[in-house]
Amino acid sequence: MKKILFVNRQAPFGRSYAKESLDALLAGSAYDQDISVLYSGDGVFQLIKEQQAKSIGQKNIAATLPALEMYDITKIFAQASALNTRGLTAEQLAIDVKLLTDTEIATLTQNQDCILSF
Amino acid sequence: MIFSLAVYAAPYSQEGSATALRFAESALKQGHQLYRVFFYGDGVHNSNHLHTPPQDESNLPQRWKTLAETHGVDLVVCIAASLRRGILNSEEATRYEKSNHNCEAPFNISGLGQMIDACVNSDRVITFA
Repeated sequence: MKKILFVNRQAPFGRSYAKESLDALLAGSAYDQDISVLYSGDGVFQLIKEQQAKSIGQKNIAATLPALEMYDITKIFAQASALNTRGLTAEQLAIDVKLLTDTEIATLTQNQDCILSF
Repeated sequence: MIFSLAVYAAPYSQEGSATALRFAESALKQGHQLYRVFFYGDGVHNSNHLHTPPQDESNLPQRWKTLAETHGVDLVVCIAASLRRGILNSEEATRYEKSNHNCEAPFNISGLGQMIDACVNSDRVITFA
């Protein structure tokens, strides 16, 4: 079993990264690997629960996030400093995530076998 | 070392596509192994064989093809990402009743599982966005 970390660094709708990262994550959950997810930088915007994607003809990414647990994806992290600098709090997020300091993120990434960056 | 590459960059739009190719060529030249190149997102456009760049510009899809044929590199294009971007091989064109296709061997259209499989079977997976 390998440790695979998905890193999401982009805001949800300007480009296709957020959606395609989520697709890859859900596909990856079927392969019995040790999977973690990190939302960093603008990627923390993907976690906001009040998304109205329908008004721009998109699917609501945050609506899928509560399902991650059903896929046994429970190691979900967010960069605390990214939330702070964007004026966001944990209460505004669609799911419970573990907030990490930048130092803790360095440790997290060091401990992975593979990092897929989006 | 065994490498795999994840390419999200489209040719001629983003430098990432050409950089991935040069990384692949250099890694092989230095004796490393390349387990797989997985094209995802806009990266699927690298498999479009109808690209017709000016003669004084590098033909990136052709160079990927040459790399695969020379070194046996597995070039995999994500099916979900490619279908929605109009990249189809003859099999998919028939399945979806399209009159043309623009993707052919050595590019293989397959699923996202191939990206996870690359993580499992490689020492390093490098992303080119």
